[in-house]
Amino acid sequence: MTGLNTQSYSIQFNEPLALKSGAQLASYSLEVQTYGQLNANKTNAVLICHALNASHHVAGVDPVTGKAGWWDNMIGPGKPLDTDHYFVIGVNNLGSCFGSTGPMSINPETNAPYGSKFPMVTVEDWVGSQARLADYFGIQKFAAVMGGSLGGMQALAWGIQFPERVEHCLIIASAASLSAQNIAFNEIARSAIMSDPDFHEGNYYAHQVIPRRGLRVARMIGHITYLSNDDMAEKFGRDLKRLQGDPQDYRFSFDTEFEVESYLRYQGEKFADYFDANTYLLITRALDYFDPAKNYGGNLSKALAAMQSKSLVISFTTDWRFAPERSREIVKALLDKKHSVTYAEIDAPHGHDAFLLDDERYHGILRAYFSKIQKDLA
Amino acid sequence: MSTKVRADFSAIANWIQPNSSLLDLGCGDGDFLEYIRAQKKVQTYGVEISDLSVLACVEKGLDVIQQDLEAGLALFENQSFDMVVLSQTLQTIHETESILNEIVRVGKECVISFPNFAHWSHRIDILLGRMPVSKTLPFDWYNTPNVRVLTIADFEALASKIGIKILDRVILHDGKEISWGANLLGSLAIYRVQSA
Repeated sequence: MTGLNTQSYSIQFNEPLALKSGAQLASYSLEVQTYGQLNANKTNAVLICHALNASHHVAGVDPVTGKAGWWDNMIGPGKPLDTDHYFVIGVNNLGSCFGSTGPMSINPETNAPYGSKFPMVTVEDWVGSQARLADYFGIQKFAAVMGGSLGGMQALAWGIQFPERVEHCLIIASAASLSAQNIAFNEIARSAIMSDPDFHEGNYYAHQVIPRRGLRVARMIGHITYLSNDDMAEKFGRDLKRLQGDPQDYRFSFDTEFEVESYLRYQGEKFADYFDANTYLLITRALDYFDPAKNYGGNLSKALAAMQSKSLVISFTTDWRFAPERSREIVKALLDKKHSVTYAEIDAPHGHDAFLLDDERYHGILRAYFSKIQKDLA
Repeated sequence: MSTKVRADFSAIANWIQPNSSLLDLGCGDGDFLEYIRAQKKVQTYGVEISDLSVLACVEKGLDVIQQDLEAGLALFENQSFDMVVLSQTLQTIHETESILNEIVRVGKECVISFPNFAHWSHRIDILLGRMPVSKTLPFDWYNTPNVRVLTIADFEALASKIGIKILDRVILHDGKEISWGANLLGSLAIYRVQSA
């Protein structure tokens, strides 16, 4: 077995999906990419859940765009999650903007894009839709469900919602709920988008505009929170944006003066080119709402009591958006219920973004963990 | 797993009941946990700070929690484990009293083992003017992870002072049990204790 064996699917589901909000989606489609091969017993499947702005394109290089999958350093032949042994599924979440049904899709009832009328989707709703995806592939139980950040929340929710359908939950750089500070950052991002005159209350498609300014600011604030202070100091310091040979004097203007501004503006522009504003609102809201302990009087241990899966929880020391303390809350709740759990706290300088980066210790743990699962499967 | 089973492993294993829960603090590469799991049906977790050791535990398929023991055991509830093991780790911890109080809080029973600094060979080394280097204290003074060297008599005095009840003890030298003159002839002390 060699090669990534990438397969792409656009899967239509016509059974209505009841959403946590009480609304329902009559039908929807999910954009999916798979790698490796499902074994005969269908026991080697790993579901990858994405975070805010990622997609089903998890691994490999897209032959058209030339873009590498967002977790390509993690997944592939010979990589920590080795597609020579595992069948890996990447899925674009409902409400996202990379092909699955979302605000940009045509609402069959109105024949116009859903826009702001797209129902509010939650982490639990995503997990529900992903379970149907498992059914589609005939997978009764995932060997693992894995995700970072918001993806880690989905992995945790999988363990809670479908205890019998997941053997291992891999929860990376995540939390069992957002902190007030975290919700506040999301609110700033949403405010930026919603106050952009081009937002048109979410129906900007009809006006053939994009709330680019709002998206840019949303991305800038988000981006800062994904990096550590040290990382930014190292990357940019107080360096000025100057051509080689130009004087290093201030220009006393509001144009791009510092390297860090240039970087943020670039990231903002790039983001506004590919990301949908309504999706940003929806997904940040899904983050805000996630709180499995809420139904248990805030007691996370009780919320996780019925889990049956084994868990791997990983955090990064300089991640302040999803700080190690928040991962430890999950670990403690799992320990309280004597669930099988391993916790690694990786000393890495890159803040929240570390979960997407190459790090020998981080990848080493995952490589070892997956080879152990593989041995147990054999 | 290392080929040589550490002398204290089998002594500790004798105190562990089947179908019990066990927390090994400072579990290193998980050698003891692997040893005990091969012998008895127990639910185990290790706690370890070193990246390489955590990785070694994951490779063995052991549940391990990466944290610094100096920070206490906030992740673990009162009396939540049948047995907490602190095997040859006490002497590496600065917050001695605090960790001892923590382990008897978390464990219904605890095992504590440590190298005995008062073994006669160590006493001779000191008399000759050098810090002891031996099987149980295998490091030089300048590279030892040990920050609190103690003796059997020291431990028992502290245990009584902070309200730790000694239930049982095994004193070893070269893997053999010492039945008299423990503080002089024993190089490795293993205690079974609980909160008084």
